[in-house]
Amino acid sequence: MSKVYIGCGAGFAGDRFDAAVPVVKALAELKGERFLIYEVLAERTLAIAQRLKREHPDQGYSPFLDTYLPLVLADCHRHGIRIVTNMGAANPLGAARRVQALARELRIHGLKVAAVTGDDLLVSMSEADIRREPIIEGIALDDRTIVAANAYLGAGPIADALATGAHVVLVGRTTDAALSLGPLMHVHGWQAGDLDRLAQGTVCGHLLECGAQVSGAYFPDPGFKDVPDLDRVGFPIAEVDEDGSLIITKPPGTGGVVSRATVIEQLLYEVHDPHSYLTPDVVLDLGEVEVEEVGPNRVGVKGARGKPPPATLKATVCVDAGWLGEGEISYAGPNALARAQLAASVVRARCRAIGIGDPVRVEVLGTEAIFDSNSAARRPRIAQSAGGEYRVRAAVRSTKRKVAQQVSDEVLSLYCSGPAGGAGVRQHISPQVSTASILIDRARVHAQIIMVEAS
Amino acid sequence: MNLVEVPLHAVAHARAGDKGNRSNISVIPYKAEAFAMLVEQVTEERVLAVFAHKGATSVRRYLLPRLPAMNFVIDNALEGGVNSSLGLDGHGKALSFLVLGDITVKVPVDFIPVNSPYRKQLTR
Repeated sequence: MSKVYIGCGAGFAGDRFDAAVPVVKALAELKGERFLIYEVLAERTLAIAQRLKREHPDQGYSPFLDTYLPLVLADCHRHGIRIVTNMGAANPLGAARRVQALARELRIHGLKVAAVTGDDLLVSMSEADIRREPIIEGIALDDRTIVAANAYLGAGPIADALATGAHVVLVGRTTDAALSLGPLMHVHGWQAGDLDRLAQGTVCGHLLECGAQVSGAYFPDPGFKDVPDLDRVGFPIAEVDEDGSLIITKPPGTGGVVSRATVIEQLLYEVHDPHSYLTPDVVLDLGEVEVEEVGPNRVGVKGARGKPPPATLKATVCVDAGWLGEGEISYAGPNALARAQLAASVVRARCRAIGIGDPVRVEVLGTEAIFDSNSAARRPRIAQSAGGEYRVRAAVRSTKRKVAQQVSDEVLSLYCSGPAGGAGVRQHISPQVSTASILIDRARVHAQIIMVEAS
Repeated sequence: MNLVEVPLHAVAHARAGDKGNRSNISVIPYKAEAFAMLVEQVTEERVLAVFAHKGATSVRRYLLPRLPAMNFVIDNALEGGVNSSLGLDGHGKALSFLVLGDITVKVPVDFIPVNSPYRKQLTR
């Protein structure tokens, strides 16, 4: 029976730049259809890309394309490993052109590159139409400026793009799982009605899409859950049979671990109702899934069940959301906690005095503040020591950049106007994007495959 | 049966994820035989209480006995989440450890892995 091998090179924009190298090396040793996927497109990332495209029409694809692909493109092409990634972001066509330019720089000949478009609703719908759709999650759009609006494409367009013979497929917004399910549909010939197979393929994609989160990373808790050689953690590889049964493993000689525990943590990651995980391809039921260690760093996953997908597609709308202003300062040594608390109270009083109207959060890091709420309603569980090291943080969100700067500056001024020993101020003012999810009719979304020739 | 009271952290591991203002936290026992007892003790009500200070409004618990694991879905747990939270952790990624640390369970010592630091504390 023919197996499909899918390796993952990145689980988010900013993932370890050379993680794919051992994955490609391992895939090169295998026979059969092999793919390398990169998932780099969080909800907000697309808004940033869309802004970039507006300023520079040839950009707006993932800036990580030039980080990740030059390291592997030649080896992938030489060994017949095909690449599927959402590095297309706001401009899959631009990304495809950039890949062809890279191929020329690297003297790779005969590379076929495909772009999948159609997810960008600002192209296919009017803003007014987008605003009319009911919001199922996130903030009200009101009169805020829409920066990006993208439907989640499914795996079908990716399978179609691979059917053209493309070696590299650049997509924008799809479900993360589609990056794996697309290749599986293409090779195994799975159809829309093969619901349990599509369900297994979606599980495969879900397990791979966060990179090493399934192979020992985002997992270690020293003394409780130990993982060897995290600094060179192996990114995952899935082996998938025609019937959908799959094994998660990692390249030989790498760090990390693939165990029942690492796989189960990732299986439920960002899942709500495990009996009804909605995707454009299938509604996934994890209720009967079994996870079994079948060898060292080899874990089998089976039993996913599928139900027909919903009639609508989810889309994410990104809107301008003003500014986040932050400032931080540290206190250390004897009585540090009291000095930090005094600093926090000074910042609160100053924000009131200068008339900051937006809610300001002032907290003392080192007191389990990350678990607390804006109203500081939680008592830390672990007793705080009077000395040690504490960091005061103030944060505000405002439609006005000036307000964000003012709150941050109140922390800066503690250097000379706050408690003794204040040190290490950092300030951060950043533009914010908020998102809302809407459901749209599938008929409004038309995916297109565009081949980009060598330049 | 002799039971010891320990943080959930002694007998289970967890991972948190987010969608909007909703958090999901999986709770996975180190030992499958601990599952039934955790189901009895780690209830929706207790998890909601852990998130009360953040204004959480409801908790739904899903059971996956074949893994075994539980999945908690906590509504309005993230003070608006990445869209509007003023905290450092808009995604609520650290909240798995809030659950593991704030909820205690009464379990036989055998449910704690042999090499766990909690075992050493208990035998000292």
